Amino acid sequence: MSRLFLAFNLMVISLANAHAGIDETINNATAPIAELIGKIVFFKIPIGEANLPVVVLWLVAGAVFFTIYMGFINLRGFKHAIELVRGDYADPNSHGEVSHFQALATAVSGTVGIGNIGGVAVAVTVGGPGATFWLIMAGFLGMSTKFVECTLGVKYREEFADGHVSGGPMYYLRKGFSERGMEGFGKFMGTFYAIGIFIGALGIGNMFQSNQAYVQMNTVTNGALDGYGWLFGLLMAGVVFMVIVGGIKSIAKVTEKIVPFMAIFYCFFALIVIFMNISVIPQAIANIFSGAFTGEGVAGGALGAMIIGFQRAVFSNEAGIGSASIAHSAVKTNEPVTEGVVSLLEPFIDTIVICTITALVIGTTQVAYPGFAGDAQGVAMTSAAFQTKFEWFPYPLAFAALLFAFSTMISWSYYGLKGWTYLFGEGEAGQTIYKIMFCAFVALGCVVQLGPILDISDALVFLICVPNILGLYFLAPIVKREMESYFSRIKSGEIKNFRKARAQ
Amino acid sequence: MSDNILVALDGSECGKRALNAAVKHAKLTGSSLVLTYVIDWSPYSFNTPEENEQRHKRRESEIQRAHDSVLNPELMALSDSGLEIKTVVRHGKIAATLVDLTREYSIAQIYIGRIGESRLHSMIFGSVTAALVQASSVPVTVVP
Repeated sequence: MSRLFLAFNLMVISLANAHAGIDETINNATAPIAELIGKIVFFKIPIGEANLPVVVLWLVAGAVFFTIYMGFINLRGFKHAIELVRGDYADPNSHGEVSHFQALATAVSGTVGIGNIGGVAVAVTVGGPGATFWLIMAGFLGMSTKFVECTLGVKYREEFADGHVSGGPMYYLRKGFSERGMEGFGKFMGTFYAIGIFIGALGIGNMFQSNQAYVQMNTVTNGALDGYGWLFGLLMAGVVFMVIVGGIKSIAKVTEKIVPFMAIFYCFFALIVIFMNISVIPQAIANIFSGAFTGEGVAGGALGAMIIGFQRAVFSNEAGIGSASIAHSAVKTNEPVTEGVVSLLEPFIDTIVICTITALVIGTTQVAYPGFAGDAQGVAMTSAAFQTKFEWFPYPLAFAALLFAFSTMISWSYYGLKGWTYLFGEGEAGQTIYKIMFCAFVALGCVVQLGPILDISDALVFLICVPNILGLYFLAPIVKREMESYFSRIKSGEIKNFRKARAQ
Repeated sequence: MSDNILVALDGSECGKRALNAAVKHAKLTGSSLVLTYVIDWSPYSFNTPEENEQRHKRRESEIQRAHDSVLNPELMALSDSGLEIKTVVRHGKIAATLVDLTREYSIAQIYIGRIGESRLHSMIFGSVTAALVQASSVPVTVVP
């Protein structure tokens, strides 16, 4: 352990001597790769002026199908989800296990991140205000996809002799397909997903996060960190290293505690900004609706806005990617459906609440102060919107972005790890190799510029949706059966509501 | 029968004195004893995914340790007393969990040691014994 750390320090020192030219070299090397991957994954069908990436269509079709097939579980299950999180159905004899609240909080801290602050700004820049409408719509439909994937994650997880569990799409793809007599295909899909989530963990869950944290920090310090991306990256990698390799849980513990407060802090000030622009709220909302259906000024019109909105929503709430399924699989429960129902709340919190608030901040500011952001993009644009009302806001926002990025990286390091152990077994040495590699990519993320990074991570994350959603279609009847059985037992009182029992 | 006496143990000397008082009470009235150890735990904390994965294993070992180091030694020591004794280990907020157990085990009387909390701690989080006395539906004896 200490030897590892020494090696790490040596790496820092030798890199420090190599000066800032590294940034550009690596950037030039990765850009063509990004372009190639992007071209393959986002194969587009031109419809009029708009280009519809097949993969986005695939996701939306899945979400619509699951919403209808599960009988609008995203609406029907909502109340029950809150009852579960509140602990109404928690048997006192199983207290001390991971609670539904904890499972939800862990999964949410993995999804609430830079995407909620910066991704929305990207959506509004490219897709116009109308993209917001489709973003919300995608969040709503995505709730059903999450329900299906998280239920399956728990149902088909692997329990090991020492009591630890591994679950997620790679397990339900393999086991689910082989139950239906397609063993070879199931194995192939499981492996494909595991490779995808592993690479995705290095992209969206890692490089993109550290990159945006760096950009934001650099912006608030007026470019003082220009050319020092590698140093910032190494520092950040060092902290991640201490948590995931060194097992220094206290850092993670502190972050996990601060993140919810930052999220509340963020939403609170966002609401203030929105209300300070109260006179333009009707105009901003009108822009969202008219933009959603006319797509004025957006390449590809309404369809263009729709595509962008959906793309950003998935990028933010991860419905269809299957990552939350991995987080929920860690929870000990006899009823897989409960985890699915709880997970409904994730796209709701992440996309319908937080992303919408961000979109409204930008939307109202755009109306009140046209051209407020200048050339700023991503997080910087959101930051500029807040700055119109609170001069000091970029500082806490940069801090929040850093923490969001950090907690997202910790969550994704786990998702990637599960992909890795699926491929290479549960051995300790292999896990350490993975974790060190993960840290290296944290540093790399601060070196390459936003363009190629966004492309690579977007592409990889969308790529693993393909096997995942295919599996969800195949296994949907099983989820439906479980769901119907579960809700009929709730109705009959076979599954006890302990809160009600206590009140009597 | 609702003659059960609940004794909240925490492995401290105070807890032992509470148990002694409870034993005397039980012998006089012919009640049976329920010895409990509550492991402080909140369903609303925030965990990393790794912690969630390890949670089941950790819970089992916490329960085992509570039985081995706190409850079982007392149970052994009282084996000749002729009293009917049950033991229970439960995770949760201490005061609220004791109140729940009162209902579940038809408890008529609670014995608890005064828990050694610093003044600052009880100012911020409130005292467990005070909370129990407030919330309990049966008499509570706090043994110093």
